[in-house]
Amino acid sequence: MKTVKHALLIARKDLAVELRTKESLNAAGAFSIVILLLFSFAFDPDPEQVKEIGGGLLWLVFAFAGALVFNRSFARELPNDCLDTLLASPLSPASLLTGKALANFVMLLAMELVSIVIFGIFFNVNWTRHIGELSLVFALGTWGISMLGAVFGALTVNLRLRELMLPIIIYPLLIPLLIAAIELTKLLLANQPPSPSDFLWAKILIVFDVVFTALAMMLADTILVN
Amino acid sequence: MRDKLAIGLAAAAAGLLANNLYQMFMVLPDEALQGAIYRILFFHAPAAMVGMIGYFVALTFSVLYLTSKNLIHDSLAASIVEVSLVFSVVNLVTGSIWARIIWGIWWTWDYRLTSALVCVLIFFGYLVMRRAIDEPTQRARLSSALCIFGCVDVVIVWKSIEWFRNQHPGPVLDFRTGGGKMDPAYAHVFWMNFVAILLMATALVLVRTRQEATSREIDSLRRLAHTAA
Repeated sequence: MKTVKHALLIARKDLAVELRTKESLNAAGAFSIVILLLFSFAFDPDPEQVKEIGGGLLWLVFAFAGALVFNRSFARELPNDCLDTLLASPLSPASLLTGKALANFVMLLAMELVSIVIFGIFFNVNWTRHIGELSLVFALGTWGISMLGAVFGALTVNLRLRELMLPIIIYPLLIPLLIAAIELTKLLLANQPPSPSDFLWAKILIVFDVVFTALAMMLADTILVN
Repeated sequence: MRDKLAIGLAAAAAGLLANNLYQMFMVLPDEALQGAIYRILFFHAPAAMVGMIGYFVALTFSVLYLTSKNLIHDSLAASIVEVSLVFSVVNLVTGSIWARIIWGIWWTWDYRLTSALVCVLIFFGYLVMRRAIDEPTQRARLSSALCIFGCVDVVIVWKSIEWFRNQHPGPVLDFRTGGGKMDPAYAHVFWMNFVAILLMATALVLVRTRQEATSREIDSLRRLAHTAA
């Protein structure tokens, strides 16, 4: 219970800092709009093609824009030795990591909301037909990305070439989650009834979130303590 | 002692491999449906198995490092990942050659193939990350954590042919199917080749671990010299 309370405290702090500076949100939002724009110029897909590739396009945008958020997540604690102060505080490493993941989660969801609205306008797609299911897929997919983003943002925070190392490490690990999220989003955007095999993708999303969250909690001390 | 062991293992692997090659090309007949190309599977599957076993052994040493903080465990984990990565690449290349002959294509985005490629990328990232960290204990701590996360994908590679309907053939080895899918003569050569590749991998790990220990020693001397200066 204490861990959750502390995690919420960290998330609130990060979100307050972000709302004041808007450095990650502006960068991630602008990046996702540019990618969507470039994509519509590069391929000029017809409505049928959009249904086929829409899920993939959205999740690639979320994953790439997410890296911008994750890079800042722990890096913003480096000036004035804030990270050392946080680690010296009574907060547990697990609550610090969860708090960072929660802040990443909220920021990514905000960016995703902007992206899907723009996606709907640019590509003329009605994404609101299955808004409940789509929200669930976005929430599950985004939690997995956010948790791994927090873990590897922490792992790479003191490295040379941090901005380069994070994508090299994180994207291969995210592939199972991205494939599952892409398949489910594609299905919902195309307004197709789900087949029994499609539930496998939902299971993969849930298992991925549970396994990686559990691993992150177990290894929080290792990841964060210098 | 370790050098002699490495040489002994390499010699045993070479002898066994020579005998296996003789069996494959001079004794065993061509497979009824695939022709001569099936022989590449004597290298393809054992390389994959040695790679996957290696990742799990590296996982064990990574956990041991985190509990004991002994850098030898980290050196062993890194050496094993490096050697396993080589065998995973051998697995992908030989599989691709087999696919070109049998399927008519070099590559398909099948779950087994994709997860195996992802596995290679994850552990390649592991090695790249190690080179980006100068401080040995930080390097050991972070790469142990990454190895533990990466091994989740190894489980996906292993189980993907059971979980998904793939273009990649399903399990054929007796310990996964309960028997009856592979001729005993083929199975014998297959397992002998697995042993040969495992011996070769162990010899390579011993050599690589020694290099890691030497580089750690050089690194600490350099630090000492830097501090003294």
